[in-house]
Amino acid sequence: MEASKNNIIEEVTQGEYKYGFVTDIENDFAPTGLSEDTIRFISAKKNEPEFLLEYRLKAYRHWLTLEEPEWAHLHHPKINYQDIIFYAAPKKKEQLGSLDEVDPELIKTFEKLGISLNEQKMFTGVAVDAVIDSISVTTTFKETLAEKGIIFCSFSEAVKEHPDLVKKYMGSVVPYTDNFFATLNSAVFSDGSFCFIPKGVRCPIELSTYFRINAANTGQFERTLIVAEEDSYVSYMEGCTAPQRDENQLHAAIVEIVALENAEVKYSTVQNWYPGNKEGLGGIYNFVTKRGICKGNNSKISWTQVETGSAITWKYPSVILKGDNSIGEFYSVAVTNNFQQADTGSKMIHIGKNSKSTIISKGISAGKSNNSYRGLVKTTKSAVNARNFSQCDSLLLGDKCGAHTFPYIEVGNKSSVVEHEATTSKISDDQLFYCKQRGIDTESAIGLIVNGYAKEVLNKLPMEFAVEAQKLLSISLEGSVG
Amino acid sequence: MDTTIKDMDLKSKLISTFHENRELFYKNTPAEISALKDIAIKDFERLGFPHTKLEDWRFTNLANALSHDYSLSIKPEYQEIDIESIFLCEVPDMDTYNVVLLNGWFASKNASLSILSNGTIIGSLAKAMQTYPHLVKEHYGKYANTSKYGLDALNTAFSQDGIFIYVPDNVKVNKPVQIINVTNSEEKLFVQPRNLFIVGKNSELTIVNCDHSLNHNVKFINSLTEVFIGENATLNHYKMQNIDNNSALINSIYFHQSANSNLTTNSITLNGGLMRNNLNIALAGEHSNADLFGIYLIDSNQLVDNCTFVDHIVPNCTSNELYKGIMDDKSRGVFNGGVLVRKDAQKTQAFQSNRNILLSDDATINSKPHLEIYADDVKCSHGATVGQLDPEAMFYMRSRGISEDSARMLLMYAFANEVINKINIEVLRERIDEMVSKRLRGELSICDQCVLQCKDKAPSVFNIDMTKI
Amino acid sequence: MLSIKDLKVSINGKKILNGFNLEVKAGEVHAIMGPNGTGKSTLASVIAGREIFEVTGGEIIYKNQNLLALAPEIRAREGIFLGFQYPVEIPGVSITNFMKTAVNEHRKYKGLAPLTATEFLALMDEKKKLVELQTKLANRSVNEGFSGGEKKKNEIFQMAMLNPDLSILDETDSGLDIDALRIVANGVNKLKTKDNASIIITHYQRLLDYIVPDFVHVMYEGRIVKSGGKELALELEEKGYDWIKKELEEKSNL
Repeated sequence: MEASKNNIIEEVTQGEYKYGFVTDIENDFAPTGLSEDTIRFISAKKNEPEFLLEYRLKAYRHWLTLEEPEWAHLHHPKINYQDIIFYAAPKKKEQLGSLDEVDPELIKTFEKLGISLNEQKMFTGVAVDAVIDSISVTTTFKETLAEKGIIFCSFSEAVKEHPDLVKKYMGSVVPYTDNFFATLNSAVFSDGSFCFIPKGVRCPIELSTYFRINAANTGQFERTLIVAEEDSYVSYMEGCTAPQRDENQLHAAIVEIVALENAEVKYSTVQNWYPGNKEGLGGIYNFVTKRGICKGNNSKISWTQVETGSAITWKYPSVILKGDNSIGEFYSVAVTNNFQQADTGSKMIHIGKNSKSTIISKGISAGKSNNSYRGLVKTTKSAVNARNFSQCDSLLLGDKCGAHTFPYIEVGNKSSVVEHEATTSKISDDQLFYCKQRGIDTESAIGLIVNGYAKEVLNKLPMEFAVEAQKLLSISLEGSVG
Repeated sequence: MDTTIKDMDLKSKLISTFHENRELFYKNTPAEISALKDIAIKDFERLGFPHTKLEDWRFTNLANALSHDYSLSIKPEYQEIDIESIFLCEVPDMDTYNVVLLNGWFASKNASLSILSNGTIIGSLAKAMQTYPHLVKEHYGKYANTSKYGLDALNTAFSQDGIFIYVPDNVKVNKPVQIINVTNSEEKLFVQPRNLFIVGKNSELTIVNCDHSLNHNVKFINSLTEVFIGENATLNHYKMQNIDNNSALINSIYFHQSANSNLTTNSITLNGGLMRNNLNIALAGEHSNADLFGIYLIDSNQLVDNCTFVDHIVPNCTSNELYKGIMDDKSRGVFNGGVLVRKDAQKTQAFQSNRNILLSDDATINSKPHLEIYADDVKCSHGATVGQLDPEAMFYMRSRGISEDSARMLLMYAFANEVINKINIEVLRERIDEMVSKRLRGELSICDQCVLQCKDKAPSVFNIDMTKI
Repeated sequence: MLSIKDLKVSINGKKILNGFNLEVKAGEVHAIMGPNGTGKSTLASVIAGREIFEVTGGEIIYKNQNLLALAPEIRAREGIFLGFQYPVEIPGVSITNFMKTAVNEHRKYKGLAPLTATEFLALMDEKKKLVELQTKLANRSVNEGFSGGEKKKNEIFQMAMLNPDLSILDETDSGLDIDALRIVANGVNKLKTKDNASIIITHYQRLLDYIVPDFVHVMYEGRIVKSGGKELALELEEKGYDWIKKELEEKSNL
C-alpha cells in the first residue's frame, strides 16, 4: 500500500488524459443562460420546497450586484454566463430504488472511470455517491450506513427527506453572499452530496462522492454539506473528471463542513477535471468555495487535496476555528503543466482559544503553467494562544513556468504564534545524476524525486483513495525537464 | 503665499490648484520635466489617491489622513530662514555633510548647491535643474512610475524642490550625507519633496535621511526619491523616521542598480502617525546585490507599512531582506514584501524575512511576503513569523535569577538588535541602539530630544547648540 | 574490463586530466592515491558519465565498448557503480523505493522480470546485514539527515544491491570513524569476486589496511606518475606526497 501511495505522482507522469471520453446519455437541459426563469425551472424540476426557491432567488439577485473577482494570479477570457447551460440531468425514472434502474450507460461510464456502483464489486469500506452533470445518480451502501443513523444521500434527497437539517446548516458556513462564484452556486446549484453523522458515531467506512461532467456547454454547480455532530468522525473523499472538449466548461461548487464539539472530519480530494490540451485549448474552469467550521470545542477539520486537473483552479479550502482547542489542517499537492493555471491555498481563521492550524502546500509547475499558493492565516483578538505553522514549497520543472507564493498573515493578539516558510527549488543536477548512476533514467528519476517532494501530503490521503487516485490522476509531466 | 484647500475633496482641489498655479510648478523646469508634469497630472486625475481596494493598500487606509484641509507650500519662502536654529539632530556626534529640507524646500543660509573638491554635488534639486539640467534629465522620472501609482503622479506634478546628490565616477565620498527632512507649520501642510541621487561608476556614498516634525500639527508628506547606482558602485542608505503622531509620511524610493552594484538600505521607524515606505529596487545589472533591512517599533494608534518590491530583472543578482517589528497598544504593522524573479533572471538568490512581536492584544500585524518566480534555476525563500518571545529562553533567564521584566526586555532588545547591528556607522548605530532601548522601556525617543517638550507643558525654547548640527 | 587511454578532461576550459592511462582487469583491486586537486574525483565522475566535464581527448573502453558514448544510466546498468564522495540528499524518496526502482531498472535492462515486493525485501534484508545497516535507515529518505558514516554505509549497501562489475569508491574512507571504516571495508571485501573489479580512490593509506589492493597508482596533476604494488601505499604514507613531487621535479630537471 505504501508503495502504491508513493506512486501517485509517478503515475501522473505517465500518459495522456484517460477520462476524456463522452457518454451518450439522454439529458434534460435547462434553457441556456441565466435568469430568474432559469432558477425557477431548476427548482421546479427538482420539486423543491418554497424556502429553497427563495434562497436561490435571493442569491441570484445578490449575484447580479457582484463582479467577478480579479485578484487571483489567473488569466482567462471573460466568462459569458448567458452561454452556459446551468442544469443538465440524465433523463431517468422518477425514483431510483436499486441499481437496476440506473441507465446502463451510466454504470458503464463509471466502470470506465474505475468506479463500480455495484456494492459487491466495490472496494470494501467505501460508500459512493455518483454525481453526473450536476445530478446524483446513485448512492451506495445507504442501508449499511442508515443502521448507524448516518445519512449519506444526494443533496436533493436530503432536501426532501431532511429539510430541517438542510435548512439549519445550508449556507451557515458559506453564506449565499460569500463571493461571486459561491453566490452563483447558491442560485443555480443542482445537486451534490449530503452527509450527516449523528452524535457519538464513528463512520465505519469512507464516504465518497464522484463528480463527472459529461454534457457539452454545461456548467456544474453541485454543493456538498457535511455535518458531524458531537463526538463523531467521518472521512470523506471526492473525485472528479470530465470529457475532453475544446471549449472551457465552468465548475463552481460549494462544500460546507460543520464539526460540533469533539467531532472530526477528514475531507480528501483528487481533482482531475480535464485540464485542456497541450496547446491550452479547452479544460475546466474550476472555481470552488470549500469551507469548514470547527464550531465546537476540540473539533478538527482536515483538508487534503491533490490537484492535477482543470485549466484553471481557484480554490481555498478553509477552516474557521471557532471552538476552543480546535484544529484545522490543509495538505495540498498542486501540479500544473502545459497552460494550466492554479491559484490555490487555504484560509485558517482562528477565533477560539488554543486553536491550532497547519498548512503544508507543495506546488509543482511544469510546461508553461503558473502555480500560485495563496493563503490567509488570521487570528482574532479572542484567539488566545493560537498557533499556526505554514510551509509552502514550490518546485519548478523547466524555465517557462511560474511558481508564486502569496501568504497573508493577520495577527490580532499578543499570544498567537504564526510561522510561515516558503522555498522554491528545482530538481538539482546532482540528484538527477545520482539516480542515473544507479541506473534510473531521467523520467523515472523525476517521477521519484517529485513523488518524494510531495510525500508529506500524499501520506495524508486515506488508503482506499490513494489507490483510486492512481487511476484518476493522469496529467503528464513528461518532457517537462530535459 | 500658501494655498489652502477647503470644501472640495482633496483630489479635485489639488488638480484645480495645479492648473491655477501652472506657472509656479513649471517655473525653471527643463522642457523634458515639464512634459513629465503634463503626463503626471493626467495620471493623477485618472488614478487618484490609493485606497484599500488596491492590493498594495489593503491594510493602510489613507482616508483619514486625506480628510484634512491642507495648505500647500508652493512658493519657496524658507530659503533665508536659519533652519539650524530650530532643529537639533538626534545623532549630534555624527560627522556628515548636512542638508536640510524644510516643508519640502531646500533650506540653507549658504549656497543652494555645494560642490566638494572631488566633484560631488550636494544641494537643491530645483537649483540643480537650472545649473546641471543634463545631469538631472538623464535620470529624473526614469524610475518612478506615474502611470501606475497615483502618489508618484501627484509628486511628479507638484514637486518643486528636494535634494540633489551627484557623485561622479570613481569617487568615495568620505563622510555620510545627512538629509534632514523637517516640517514645521502653523497650518495643516501637504508637502511633496522630490529627491534625486546619482552615484557614478565605482563610487561610494552613504546617505542618512532623517524625517522629523517640529510640531504636532497635521501634515501629509508625499516624498519621492529616485536613485541611480552606477556600475560597481556602493550606496548605503539609512532612513530614520521620527515624526509626530498626527502626521502621515509616504516615503517612496526607487533604486535602479547597475551591474556589480551594491545597495544597503535600512529603514528605522521609531515614531509617526502613519508611515508608509515604498521601496522599489530594480536589479537591472548582473551581479548586483541589494540588502534591505528595517525595524519598526510602534505604539498608540501608529501605523507603519513597509511595502517593498525587489525586481530581479537580470541573472546572477542577489537580494536579502530582513524586517522586524514590535507593536504595542493599538498600533498596526504592515509588511508587504514582493520579490519578482523574471523569466531570464537565472541564478537569482532572493531571501526575505519578516518577524514580528505583538505586545498587546489590541495591536495587529498584517504580513504578506510574496514571491513571483518565472525562472527555475533560482534560490528563493521567504519566511514570516508573528510570535511571542521564546518561552524557553524566558525560562532559562529566569532560572538564572533574571526578573521576568528584565528577561523580556533583554529578549526584545536581542530581537531588535539583529537589524540594528546592520548599521555600519558606529555613532549612528550606538545612538539608534540607545533610542531603541529607551523605546522598549516605554520612553518615547521622540520626546527625549524633541524641542517641543510637550510632555512638560513648558513653552519650547529653541536653545540649540548650532555647532552640533 | 576497463581500459583508459590518454584521457584528457577539462571543466570550464580548465584542464583536469591530462593524458591519463589505466588498465583494469576482472578480479583486480586498484587503489588510486594522490594529493588533493590532482583529478581523482574527476576521473571517477567521468567514468560514471557526469556531463559537466568535457572530454577533450583519449578514450575509455569498457567491456569492449566505447564507454564515453553511453548515458550515465546505461553505464550503471552495464555494471559501473560509483560510490560518491558526497552523496546528494533526495528528500522524501525512501531508500526502499529508490533501490526498488534502481534494481528493477537494472533487471529490465537485462531482460529479467521485476522483483516482487517479497523478493525485494528479502534481498534488502540480506544486503543490509553486509554493511550492518540498521533497519530504520532503510525507511528514511535517501541520504537526508544522514551522518557521514551512514551516508558511506548506504553507498556500500547500494553497491551490494546492484552487484556491479566495476565499482569505483571515491574517498569512501573520508569522514569515517574506525568502526565505520571497518564495516565499510568488510562490505567491500565480501562483495569481491574473481569476476568484478574495484577502483579505490583515497587520500590516505588507512583504508588500504582493510582493503588490500593489487595495484597502487599515484596520481599527480591529472595523470598517473607512479605505479606499484601495495607496498607503494606504505612508502607514500611514510614519505608523503612531497617525495613524489620531488622525484618528478628531479626528472623534469634532467
